[in-house]
Amino acid sequence: MNAIIIRQGLVVGERSSDVADVLIVDGQIKVVATTIDAPTGAHEIDARDCWVGPGFVDLHTHLREPGREAAETIESGARAGALGGYTALVAMPNTEPALDSVALVSFVLERGARTPIDIAVAGAITKGRAGESLAPMAEMAALGVRLFTDDGLGVQDPSVMRRALTYAKPLDVRLAQHCEDERLAADGTMNEGALSGRLGLVGRPALAEELMVMRDIELVRLTGASLHFLHLSTGRSVAMVTAARDEGLSVSFEVAPHHFTLDESACTDYDPVFKVHPPLRARHDVDALRDALRRGMVDAVATDHAPHAPELKDLAFDEAPAGMLGLEEAASLTYQALGASSDPHVFFALLSRGPARVAQLRRDDHRVRHSAHGARMVVGEDANVTVFDPRAEWVVDRTMLASRSMNTPYEGRAMTGRVRATIAKGRLVVDEGRLA
Amino acid sequence: MIDTIRGRSLLSLDDLSKEAIVEVLDTAESFVEVNRRSIKKVPALKGRVVASLFFEESTRTRLSFETAAKRLSADVLSLAVASSSVKKGESLRDTIATIDALGIDAVVLRHRSSGAALQVSRYVPHVRVINGGDGQHQHPTQGLLDAFTIRQVLSERHATTGLESGAELFAGLKVLIVGDIRHSRVARSDVAAYAALGAVVRLCAPGTLLPEDVATWPVTVVRDFDEALGWADVIGLLRLQSERGSGAFVASLDEFTFTHGLTVERARLLKPKALIMHPGPMNRGVEIDSRVVDSSQAIVERQVTNGVPIRMAALYLSVAGSGEGTSL
Repeated sequence: MNAIIIRQGLVVGERSSDVADVLIVDGQIKVVATTIDAPTGAHEIDARDCWVGPGFVDLHTHLREPGREAAETIESGARAGALGGYTALVAMPNTEPALDSVALVSFVLERGARTPIDIAVAGAITKGRAGESLAPMAEMAALGVRLFTDDGLGVQDPSVMRRALTYAKPLDVRLAQHCEDERLAADGTMNEGALSGRLGLVGRPALAEELMVMRDIELVRLTGASLHFLHLSTGRSVAMVTAARDEGLSVSFEVAPHHFTLDESACTDYDPVFKVHPPLRARHDVDALRDALRRGMVDAVATDHAPHAPELKDLAFDEAPAGMLGLEEAASLTYQALGASSDPHVFFALLSRGPARVAQLRRDDHRVRHSAHGARMVVGEDANVTVFDPRAEWVVDRTMLASRSMNTPYEGRAMTGRVRATIAKGRLVVDEGRLA
Repeated sequence: MIDTIRGRSLLSLDDLSKEAIVEVLDTAESFVEVNRRSIKKVPALKGRVVASLFFEESTRTRLSFETAAKRLSADVLSLAVASSSVKKGESLRDTIATIDALGIDAVVLRHRSSGAALQVSRYVPHVRVINGGDGQHQHPTQGLLDAFTIRQVLSERHATTGLESGAELFAGLKVLIVGDIRHSRVARSDVAAYAALGAVVRLCAPGTLLPEDVATWPVTVVRDFDEALGWADVIGLLRLQSERGSGAFVASLDEFTFTHGLTVERARLLKPKALIMHPGPMNRGVEIDSRVVDSSQAIVERQVTNGVPIRMAALYLSVAGSGEGTSL
């Protein structure tokens, strides 16, 4: 018998929360009660003053395998995820080659099954992510793939995107879009504005994102399909998608920790660690995202964890690749962004229940061997549980991260709140903030 | 605001005070005299090593910097990396670390990417970095030599010397900058220098060749080129930077000449004593007519000549100026 008992944490259900003990036996939640007599040999976790809720789900992780294993592997990314409180990651398909076939998706799922957490896959919408012809979404869906995206790039051609939405609709899968019109973003490397002009850097205008958001909302209206908007970075983008959602369209969106934590001024010293697509935006956009988070408007926080080997971030700003780490910092940054009155229900909605719903991970799926995530914390559910200590203080040290890469934009930053324990697939993966 | 470049890297003119700029101009005056001697050399940087690192093609800037360093008796390590660091397969940090390992006091850096000089100054904080042009960002020694050239010509006219006039002759001086301002590091450095010295600056360009942030610049943007020509005491032309994609920003080179080229006809609208400047290399027949280049109002060659004393001054102040008592 494999038993874990989580003592006296605030157990955060969907609507209410109570201080209780949680007993996990053989991969499932067995008992939730005020006090439980632990079975002999059970591993005890002291969760006093901590939040105990469903394990986090990241909708947006670049695991780099296959193709760029120097930056990250499925295994190293899974460890980084576990330390960040994640019990499931959705691997993005912009690997080399792109995840656009049954063979490649199966490879990632099989590698993922050997890690201590669940690895789901987002398949490519188009072959080779080239934006031209549809990838075999039905075949990949039969493997259990529930999310498709050409992330890294949006599907630029509106007729291809329309066709993809129409094709995906009866498959019961969801497309996800990286919204940036590349023609308008051109060779831009940071947010377009007074600062990019002064720095002599070509700008990526907010409008490049907003135009595609606008276009895709209309395509969803036309086709009746579902669409998830990846890493929205401007106040206007968020306003448009929430309005469409209120109208009843099947749309959802995520925001990334760097977009609600850092603004464009981080680029002032031309450090390529701060280069990302969509770019870090103006202060008013950062404030708009934080406001949306606090008001519970956001479906999910997703990391867009994008590892790059150190030498690639030692290039000139416009030559360096875009992207930054986030798995190990996301929970703290979300907690901090929610502010002093941080509501544990909103917190777990953003990091677990919301993304699990978007990724359709709320039920287990034997085809892809993943367990259920984003649960209500009641008896009988799969034990994917994260214990978060909102009082813990720590400082980001890039040399201590589990990721193979070091491109964290938060180096040296003091953080509040930290994952104390991660239980994934019923096993204790992280204990006392360290890999067990 | 930085009040002197002594002992510091020279990365941008954006943050230099009037005093800092005048100090460089004044220092350059003494080097003009050195350049007129039969033995054009002073021991100011004897034993110092200056690395000249050009990641982007350049003839005059490079020649000018290396000549300047040699006339100061510095040893010059010269490395041409015409292709980008990416193509070469080495990171910018590693390239700099390699050069630094040879033992250097200063780096003159030209790079196609904005910010490269600042990045390098971060990688090797003990080395003085002189920005020889970074992307669309800054070209500080060009801005300084342009200001120096204007002061030189105007002081001759006023029968005074540059040293005596300081920044006086710039007060209210009307400078018009025309052409591809958006992609121009020279424009950014020129505007910073002229504005700091007290000149009034106007810009005139096709809408697509104005920078996005022009509203934050200390300038006025004007539409009527012909009218602005009659206003200006100095007109600075810029090269249409087709390698930065400027071609797509106008309908054709012909049309650019039609709207913003300094043709012979337009040159007649200039005040008789107005000065015509161009940082080179010129696209003759595009932004400037060949016959205008060869007119007496054009001071393009003087700009080139002054490149050496200005770069001597920049290197001298930056490298030797840290208070070690090196004399000329």
